[in-house]
Amino acid sequence: MAQLAVRIGDQLPAFERRTGFAEWNRYAAVNDEFVPIHMDDEAGRAAGLPGAIGMGLLQVAYLHNLVRDWLDDHGRILTFSCRFNSPNLRNQVVSANGRVTEVTDRADGMEAVLEIWTADEAGNRLAPGTCTVLIARVGHDVTPD
Amino acid sequence: MSELAEHSTTHISDDMRAVVGREVRRAVSYPVSESDIRRWAIAVYYPAQPPRRFWDIKAAAASRYGGIVAPEDFNPFAWMTAEPEGERMMASAGNTDSLEISLGIAGPGLKNVLNGGLQVEYGVPMRPGDVITSVMSLAEYRERPGSLGLMLFTTSRTVWTNHNGETVKTGLGTVIRY
Repeated sequence: MAQLAVRIGDQLPAFERRTGFAEWNRYAAVNDEFVPIHMDDEAGRAAGLPGAIGMGLLQVAYLHNLVRDWLDDHGRILTFSCRFNSPNLRNQVVSANGRVTEVTDRADGMEAVLEIWTADEAGNRLAPGTCTVLIARVGHDVTPD
Repeated sequence: MSELAEHSTTHISDDMRAVVGREVRRAVSYPVSESDIRRWAIAVYYPAQPPRRFWDIKAAAASRYGGIVAPEDFNPFAWMTAEPEGERMMASAGNTDSLEISLGIAGPGLKNVLNGGLQVEYGVPMRPGDVITSVMSLAEYRERPGSLGLMLFTTSRTVWTNHNGETVKTGLGTVIRY
């Protein structure tokens, strides 16, 4: 398999989903996360929110999907961080985005730092963060033992 | 919100300060199954079909990992833990004082809780058959005024290891209570 070419400024292909109860209920079902603010608009409003909101951890999952799909088995995620700035509201189209900000040569491949974020349709950032990845050099195995 | 919490200038009691650094909980998962991984991938990629490496054994065998591995964000502790027996860790996610209750002290009694963010460093991936141990400790309490009143930020540190003693991930997670 050829090495994934990576340069500072490269944009990752966005991972996009229209989010609502269909997505949130499925996430609740696998993560046992049946919290009222994720299930019910009234519970969301009672918590001072515009209505029900999506799980922060589903934003985390979308950001991992973004990076993993881009890597396409050429490497692995080393670190991940994000903070939740704005809630994910019902029927919002959420896009997970990323951009390469640093690239460092290593003996076994290229380590890249990515600026990552989820955003709504207007471009407001919901969950900004940072991810570092290791992209394997041809002939090197970067899979952890 | 309790009357005490509503009128106090801090949500952090002396009891809470005294338990910073302490282990909050230790849990052991049931063995991770291919079905757990497949369903997780379906949920986080919905409505699209998830990548084959999460559900097709042949495709997974041809991957860098040589077999099915879980998505990095997979939670093997959802629904029920093997140890403590029968516990549902996520079922208490809406209980704002669950962390302090685990430590045997009174919590601040705040009404609402939100996820603030997380930082994770990954080690080896999780594979079918893995039994994961999680050890969570309380790292920090801090406060900040917000539009909905004085917000309490609680950061915990979690380390996951597999049954071979290899580190799966270490992480810091912050919840915001108000």
